[in-house]
Formats: sequence, C-alpha cells, structure tokens
Amino acid sequence: MGPRTKLVLYRTLQALPALVGVVIVSFILTRMLPGDPAAYFAGPAATETSIAEIRAAMGLDHPLPVQFLHYVQDLVGGDLGNSLSTGQPVVEELTRRLPASLELTLTALLLSCAIALPMGVAAAVHQGSWIDHVCRGLVTAGVSLPTFFTGIVLVYVFYYLLGWAPSPLGRLDFIYLSPPEVTGFYIIDALLIGDVETAMGAVRQLILPASTLALFTLAPLARMARAAMLQALSSDYIRTARAAGLGEGQVVFGYAFQNAMLPVITTLGMVFSFMLGANVLVEKVFSWPGIGSYAVEALVVSDYAAVQGFVLAMAILFVLLNLVIDILYTLVDPRTREG
Amino acid sequence: MRRRDFLKGATVLGAGALPFIRSLPASAATDGVVVVAMGQTINSLDIHRSGTNRPSYQVAVNVYDRLVSFGTKTMPDGSLSYDYSVIEPEVAESWEFAADGSAITFKLRPEGKFQDGSPITAEDVKWSFDRAVSVGGFPTVQMKAGSLEKPEQFEVVDEFTFKINLLRPSKLTLPDLAVPVPMIINAKVAKEHITSDDPWATEYLHKTPAGSGAFKVVRWDPGQQLVYERNDGWTSGPVPAVKRVIVREVPSQATRRALFERGDIQVSFDIPNKDAKELSGTDGLTIASTPVENAIYCLNPNLSFEPFKDKKVRQAIAWSVPYEDIFQTAAYGRGVPMWGGPSATPSDIAWPQPFPYSTDLDKAKALLEEAGYKDGFEVPLSIALDQSDWMEPTALLVQENLAKIGIKATIEKIPGANWRTASLVEKRLPLHLETFGGWLNYPCYYFFWAYLEGHLFNSSNYRNEEIETLTGETLYLPVDHPDYAPKIKRMIEIAWDEVPRIALFQPALNVGTRDMSGYEYWFHRQLDARGFKT
Repeated sequence: MGPRTKLVLYRTLQALPALVGVVIVSFILTRMLPGDPAAYFAGPAATETSIAEIRAAMGLDHPLPVQFLHYVQDLVGGDLGNSLSTGQPVVEELTRRLPASLELTLTALLLSCAIALPMGVAAAVHQGSWIDHVCRGLVTAGVSLPTFFTGIVLVYVFYYLLGWAPSPLGRLDFIYLSPPEVTGFYIIDALLIGDVETAMGAVRQLILPASTLALFTLAPLARMARAAMLQALSSDYIRTARAAGLGEGQVVFGYAFQNAMLPVITTLGMVFSFMLGANVLVEKVFSWPGIGSYAVEALVVSDYAAVQGFVLAMAILFVLLNLVIDILYTLVDPRTREG
Repeated sequence: MRRRDFLKGATVLGAGALPFIRSLPASAATDGVVVVAMGQTINSLDIHRSGTNRPSYQVAVNVYDRLVSFGTKTMPDGSLSYDYSVIEPEVAESWEFAADGSAITFKLRPEGKFQDGSPITAEDVKWSFDRAVSVGGFPTVQMKAGSLEKPEQFEVVDEFTFKINLLRPSKLTLPDLAVPVPMIINAKVAKEHITSDDPWATEYLHKTPAGSGAFKVVRWDPGQQLVYERNDGWTSGPVPAVKRVIVREVPSQATRRALFERGDIQVSFDIPNKDAKELSGTDGLTIASTPVENAIYCLNPNLSFEPFKDKKVRQAIAWSVPYEDIFQTAAYGRGVPMWGGPSATPSDIAWPQPFPYSTDLDKAKALLEEAGYKDGFEVPLSIALDQSDWMEPTALLVQENLAKIGIKATIEKIPGANWRTASLVEKRLPLHLETFGGWLNYPCYYFFWAYLEGHLFNSSNYRNEEIETLTGETLYLPVDHPDYAPKIKRMIEIAWDEVPRIALFQPALNVGTRDMSGYEYWFHRQLDARGFKT
C-alpha cells in the first residue's frame, strides 16, 4: 500500500466519528427547535385529540432516547424517514433535489473558475494594469451584490425586457419532459439518450441562475488567485528560476501557477460547500427545485426527518469534498509526492 | 412514464391539444392548455392524509367528486363565484330528507363512473366517508362540523342508494358534504392497497389518486409541478373545455409576476395585494379580487392578560386603530372595510359586517382613563413571520397609534412553525393579529370557532355565557327559523360591545387570468380548473 493510498484511507476513517457526531447533534438540535410539529401538521381546524393522534402517528409521543433509537434503526436500514411537509420519503427527495443543486452549483463554479482564474493570474502578472482594475471592479461588484438581487435583475433584463432567456421555471420548461434519470444531471442524462434538444433546453434554463451564482463566487476565487499568484511570483524559487534563464511562460505557469493553486483549491472547496446550502435565494427566484430551499422550508415547519436528512447528506458531502480536496492536494503539492 | 411512451400515447390524442410537443413555444400553451403558477407547493394527492397542506386541497376538488356541490353565481364585478345558497347534484342525482329529519337518502347516478371505468356505488361512498371520519386530524374535524362523526351513520341501502343517519338535524350537514373533504374514492382500487399498518390505503392514495373527477393527474413532480389531464368520461358534470392544466410551483413573487405579464402563464394564483392593485386595468389581464367569505383579519387582545380583562381597554384599542391606513397599506385596498358601522346594534345577520368602531383617539384616551390606565401600559404585539406581508405594516400602524394613547407596544415576530402553537393552541399571546375564516358560510359557524371558550380560533381566551348558549342554539338551526335572526343579532351585538376580536378588514383572494376564462372563486381558496375555457 503506497503512502498516498494510506493517506486516503486514513482520511476516510477520520470522517466516521464526524458523521456519528453529526447524527447525534442534528437529532438533538432539531428537537430543540421551538414549535410543535404535531400541532402544525394537524392543520388549521385541529382539536386536542387530532393533534394527539398526529403526534402518535409521528412517533413524537415517545421519550427522546426512544425516538433516537428508532431514528438510528431506520438510518442503518437506509431510511431517513418521511418528510411531512412535502409528503415524500426524505431519501427520494434528496436524490431528486441534490443533483439539481449540484448541477447548478458545479456549472456556476466552472463558469466562475473559467473567468476568475485567468483573470486573477493576469491581474497578478500585470499588477496595476487595466486588467488588474477590471478584476478589482468585478470582485467588488461580486461581493457587494446579493444573489437574489442579481437574479431578479437578470430575470428582469434578459427574460422580461429582452425575452432572450427562457421563462425562469426551474430546470426545464414545461414543453420538455425530464430525461430518464441516470445521473440526475439533466444535461448529461439527456445527452446519454442522444436528446440534444432537451439538453440544450436544460442548458438554457441554467444560464441565468448559474451566471447569478458565478458572479457571487467569482470574487473570492479571483482574489485568492491574484493574491496567491503575487506571493508565488515574489518568492525565492521564482527568482532563481528567472536567474537560471527559464522562459517567462515556464516560470509563470510551470512554477508560480502550480504553487499558487493550493490556496485556490482550498477556497474552491469552501465556496462550493457554502454555495450548495446557501443558494436558497437563487433557487427561489428561478423556481429551482434544489436542496437549499428544501432545507429552509423544512426548518421553518420543524420537519424533523427532512432537516436531519439534509444535515446528514451535507455532512457526507463535506466529508467527500474534503477527501477530494486532500487528494487534489497530493496531486498538486510537490511535498506530498512519493519519493 | 418514459418519455417515448408518453409521446406515443400523445399522438393518438391529437397533436393540437398537447403541451409537450416540442415545437410548441412556451408562451403558446393555448388550444385547451392552461398553465397556472402558484407560490406554494402541493405535498399530497390525498386530502385525508395527516400533514396534507392547503394547496393540495385542489387535487380533491379537481380529481375527485363529492355527493353534492355548490352552484355558481356571477359577482358584481363580473367574476364568478361558487354560490353557497345552491346545492347541486354531483355524484348523487337526487336526495331527500326523511320525514322525521333523522336521515338523508342519496340516489347515485347509475351511469356514474370512476376514472378507471368502474361504476360509482354506494359501497364506495360509504368506504370514503368511513375513512374521512376515522383517519383523524383535519378530515375528521371537518366531517364533525357537519355532524358526520362515526361510520355507523353511513348506510348502503342498495348499489346506488346511500343513506346518512343523522345524529341531529343540522343545516350544516348538506353543505359540509360539498366541501373538499368528503370526496368519493374508488374503494375497489384503494382496498387492494390496504395493509395491516395502513387500513385506509393512505400511502397509496397519497401518490395515486383514485377518483371520478373532471381531471386525472398525469404527472406530479413534488416541489415543481402537477399536470392535470381532462377526464373525457366525466359523469358528474360537463366535461371540461380544456384538455390539460399545468400547475407550476414558482416560489418567487417577482418571477410569478414576470411570467404572468410576459404571458407565459395564463393564471397567477393568489397574487399579493400590491401586484393585484398595480396590474388591475392592464390590457389583457383580468384580476379577480373576491372577498373571502366568512373571514376577517383581526387584532385580538387576550383576556388572560390583565389590562385586556377590562372591556373598556379593549374598546379603547378598537377606537385607536388607524383602520383606513391599514386597509390601504397592508391590503392595498383589496377586500372589504370592517370598521365604521353605523350602529352598535346590527340591522341584519350579514357576516362579516363593519364593526361600530373607527379611528377616534380622544374616545380611546377617555376609555383608557375610565379603566384606570391613564398612563397607559406596555404590551408585546405579536405577528407571524410567514404572514409578514400584511401583518408587519398593520402592526407598525397599530403600534404608532397605540403610542398616541400611551400604550407602548413592542412588535414580536414569531416564526411560522411556532405561530399556530403560540396563538391558537396555547393562546399565550397578549395582543396579536389573527385571520380565521370559516368554510361553511354561517355567522354561527364563525362564532363557534372564534368566540367559544377553548375553541381553536378563540385566541383571545374569550368567554361570554350568553354567546356560549346562543351559539349552541343557533349552530344547527335552519337560517329561516324565526328564532335564528334575533339570536344571531344578539350575538353580533355582544361581540361588538365586548370586542375580544377587533375587526380590521375582510381579506380578498386575488387571482390573475389572461387568454382564458372560467376562473371561479371557491371558499376553499384553491384552484378549481373544471370551468376553465381558452
């Protein structure tokens, strides 16, 4: 077993206590939420008896340790319970909504990387030039415009005024049927069955929300790329490389860029995980059936199963993400390479 | 359903009527197709299931039938509304009361068919009613309002004759059969999915309707859309004019408005008062604002708390409220004013009708002084966060005027999930806003829920012996009974004098339509697509 494989295994094992902790904490925290879900779900005209009936049906009449035991039992069987507010099994709901969020977030991230990284690098290489100023302007706009505002402005201009964008009705306009589910990513699934038209429909729906999110995530990425690049360019090994007469391209992209990528990848990981949960407002504006709005709505009505399922899914996702980032590190960072 | 199968089936039905044909532009969802946008989400296809939310009631309306239904009337502004005074046949073709008033016998249509083609029999009706009174929760409570309480009341006489044995003669029984809850389920289908844990097939019917209604559900993507398709073999009424109705869930108000103005949707359901006001009069857009029957938005002082035990303090608050400002700011003038009534004694039994209060700060101050609160007092004024669209401006305006008579109110915002528990179940909010509206349109029904001690919507903890007695006496009494009107007038008079609920205004339901007609207002305030025409 190579040291790198060992490292990956070790990191995976490290994640297990974290997951157990998440299960316990999410259970306790949801129970500590104020409000009585039984009263809420009993409906507007409920009486004492009907609330009690609902409470029993939800299993909330048992003491907390017993409830926890039931929860863990179900969890081991892969059952996250039923969400009362949406009426669907939480697992089903998460597998439907998570790909929607991932598709949006990944597209936005690709878009913002495609803009932020070259711009950050160029700004660092040509410090103080016009491109540096453009970068600074865009970064400032990105952090200072709240996403829901950008979203509404984009809808107003490109859908309402110009009519270029399709109606902001979620992942697909109602003239299309969703492709048979393989990955849950509509673009990929549609292409898998060779349906280019539906794939294009999905792309069109994605453009505005992804741009909205991209504008928001552009800022930390571009700034980090610029700062890391500046630091790398002023370091000793670059001076040595230049003194040794290496070409500028080799210096900037071969040495400086590779070293500057470490903090950028860290930021990328943070931005990604943050975006998944935090793009609720974008989801609302574009009727996007994502995981963020699901979690917020579940939280508002104290829908225990849904909140716990969401927290757990996010925790697993974070663990995986950290793993991926660690692996990326070992690939990028020369110090972790095998000798 | 796989896409290919779907399209294959679709070609048989005729291309012109289909929305999913790709060549059709998004905006041209015409030719028998109506696209509806709404802000809320449908969480179940079964109204009897616990946890089913209000927007889901529309499935019970469009996909299921009841024994009877209400008629339709045209409102003064030309829009359509259901007519409470007319009960029409639906699954039942006729009915008659037993001579002694102890039972109602319904004759079902012999040609009545469920969507799967099987006949609608008295057995199905009995099973459905047994289910509604047995599952508990909201359906059971609603059935009880019509004195429909236990399975023994429901009797199968023969295949097409169904009898309800009445616990007591009540004017509420027949109308209660026309609300969404007592829908008729295809018992043969449902019974195949019964398990020992689930004797009423709630898991199956939750996702798969088995009704006889005007529309079938062809697609349900929870959190996104519900697609209805016309039931061409509907036997309980005229087959709908539109082939397909697509209900899309669009949470953002701004997006809904953009879609509606652009013409990509034909119906925008439950639009905010502000948008309704701004869009009214726009060419091509029709905004129907129907006052919600038997509903009042109120400011409630809670009698469990000291200053509000005194009638004079409650009256002082009622005289201090800036009614007109609230109506214009919070309701954008949509709805009906509920203040400035001409006399302290009602002249008729219309409900709701304007309370005899208006804004008069001097009167308010004088009353406070009489009550011994010359220097005022402090009180939290509670509002629900999820209704902040009208509650927040209302609370701010109330707060401002209360300050003028020396009462220092601090606004307390309560999250939606806790609001119900705090205001209605525990009834622990000293001063708060409340929105009760009764489905069955009788004043006594409103009083039953909102003025009797311990009843859910009496969030003021109010108790008055005379109202307790009178409500009990009038609740089942026919409206044309000679004692009814005098008793109701007395109840209204007491409610006005003692003001445990200070009426602000009667809210309105705003629905925008374009390029189609046939929208009809219903007391359940959900989409009824059966009359839609393009």
